[in-house]
Amino acid sequence: MAATELVEGVLQGDRRSLARLISLIENEDPSVGYALSQLYRHTGRAHIVGVTGPPGSGKSTLVDRLTTEYRRRNKTVGIVCVDPSSPFTGGALLGDRIRMQGHALDKDVFVRSMGTRGHLGGLARATSDTVRAMDAFGKDIVVVETVGAGQSEVEVIDLAHTILVIDVPAAGDDIQAIKAGIMEIADIFVVNKSDLPGADKKAAEINAMLDTDPRERAWRPPVMMTNARGGEGIAALVDKIVEHRKYLEDSGLLAQKGLQRSRDELRTIMSYKLTRELMEKLEGRPEYEQALRKIAERDDDPYSVAERLIAEFLVDYGRSVKENGERKRR
Amino acid sequence: MSSSKKIRVLVAKPGLDGHDRGAKVVARALRDAGMEVIYTGLRQTPEMIAEAAIQEAVHVVGLSILSGAHNALLPKVTELLRKEGADDVLVIAGGIIPEDDVPGLKAAGIAEVFGPGTPLSDIVDYIKAHVKL
Ligand SMILES: Nc1nc2c(ncn2[C@@H]2O[C@H](COP(=O)(O)OP(=O)(O)OP(=O)(O)O)[C@@H](O)[C@H]2O)c(=O)[nH]1
Ligand SMILES: [Mg+2]
Repeated sequence: MAATELVEGVLQGDRRSLARLISLIENEDPSVGYALSQLYRHTGRAHIVGVTGPPGSGKSTLVDRLTTEYRRRNKTVGIVCVDPSSPFTGGALLGDRIRMQGHALDKDVFVRSMGTRGHLGGLARATSDTVRAMDAFGKDIVVVETVGAGQSEVEVIDLAHTILVIDVPAAGDDIQAIKAGIMEIADIFVVNKSDLPGADKKAAEINAMLDTDPRERAWRPPVMMTNARGGEGIAALVDKIVEHRKYLEDSGLLAQKGLQRSRDELRTIMSYKLTRELMEKLEGRPEYEQALRKIAERDDDPYSVAERLIAEFLVDYGRSVKENGERKRR
Repeated sequence: MSSSKKIRVLVAKPGLDGHDRGAKVVARALRDAGMEVIYTGLRQTPEMIAEAAIQEAVHVVGLSILSGAHNALLPKVTELLRKEGADDVLVIAGGIIPEDDVPGLKAAGIAEVFGPGTPLSDIVDYIKAHVKL
């Protein structure tokens, strides 16, 4: 089934359509581009919350508890959980859902597990468009749990409005500490497993680190304590997430971030499209191969050739877009 | 690798028994065969399994059951999937299931039943041969 046929279903809140669209996004199906362009206008309403932190710190358990609290507040929730794919086989074991069984039958909670499929940065390539699909689907809150494999998981910053960085009390060397670089992206710190000894100490350490942060910031990331297993500190954390959203709105940062995101995204789409279409046109063509040989033999230079090929391409491209547009209107 | 279709499998344990060692071994074998395996843990009701299968858009549901309640639980899963229009999902079962019960389960839409001691490669091969991507 092509993505285009799923758009209507997604907008009407059909879970199956959303699920299938996400698969097409993951498979980079060519029909996805048009579907996403249809959905785009229906996005921008969800509050996107990123959850990152070391493996086993309790991210999934916390997401489960946050979901319970959001449901109590009558918010609908979409969840995307990213786990690493094996670089050797491409397979993945996606186990975050185990912790989210409390919502298994709640039709207002949609959970999707996702392998990274070779993508680095803590997310899958498909995560961003999947979040968007959930937004268009009508979810009030979309939570993204990153890989947690100790990579530099900073990609979530381009996606989420509010980022929770999870840490746990230092209970010996077996638990990995959060990496520098991850600390900087936090909007809210969460010391989870507050039932274990050393939680207060960990919170004090984070606060001390924040004291030495030279940046002037209107929002100093608060340090919250939770016991996700026991369900403690969750309502206060959701209050903070809501407060952060309000801060983003009132300060104008939300609008500013939105604009920045549009800028980055448009640039990415344009350069991807241009490069791909240009290369599709050129590669394997005899003129192109000949130009390459000339460059290699110093009969021509790559600068002039690039300019010439791009100029020719742009003329063709303009013509074909115009024709396609006219066909669509008819 | 990134843009090719991947076989997505839900491995679930319906029923009340508390052992999931077998299910985990199968889940890992399927992962090692290049599949994306969603594992949902113990004590799943048929409703939970069907809902997870829908949300995760899996091609295969693998049900591991030891409790003896297979005649009640397994057909319920296929029935719910059918109701959701997801009857193209390949549903297979494994665990302790008496030979006599197999025909009834197959009639109810369970594609194949794997007894204890089935080589893992048989399960992998079966899925690869029968999955509808
Ligand atoms: N004591 C205690 N254990 C917790 C708490 N939160 C989670 N856990 C336990 O920590 C373990 C890991 O929890 P998960 O939620 O799977 O952690 P995760 O960060 O999602 O793990 P990955 O996705 O594998 O990186 C589980 O055994 C949880 O029960 C907590 O607040 N206190
Ligand atoms: Mg997790």
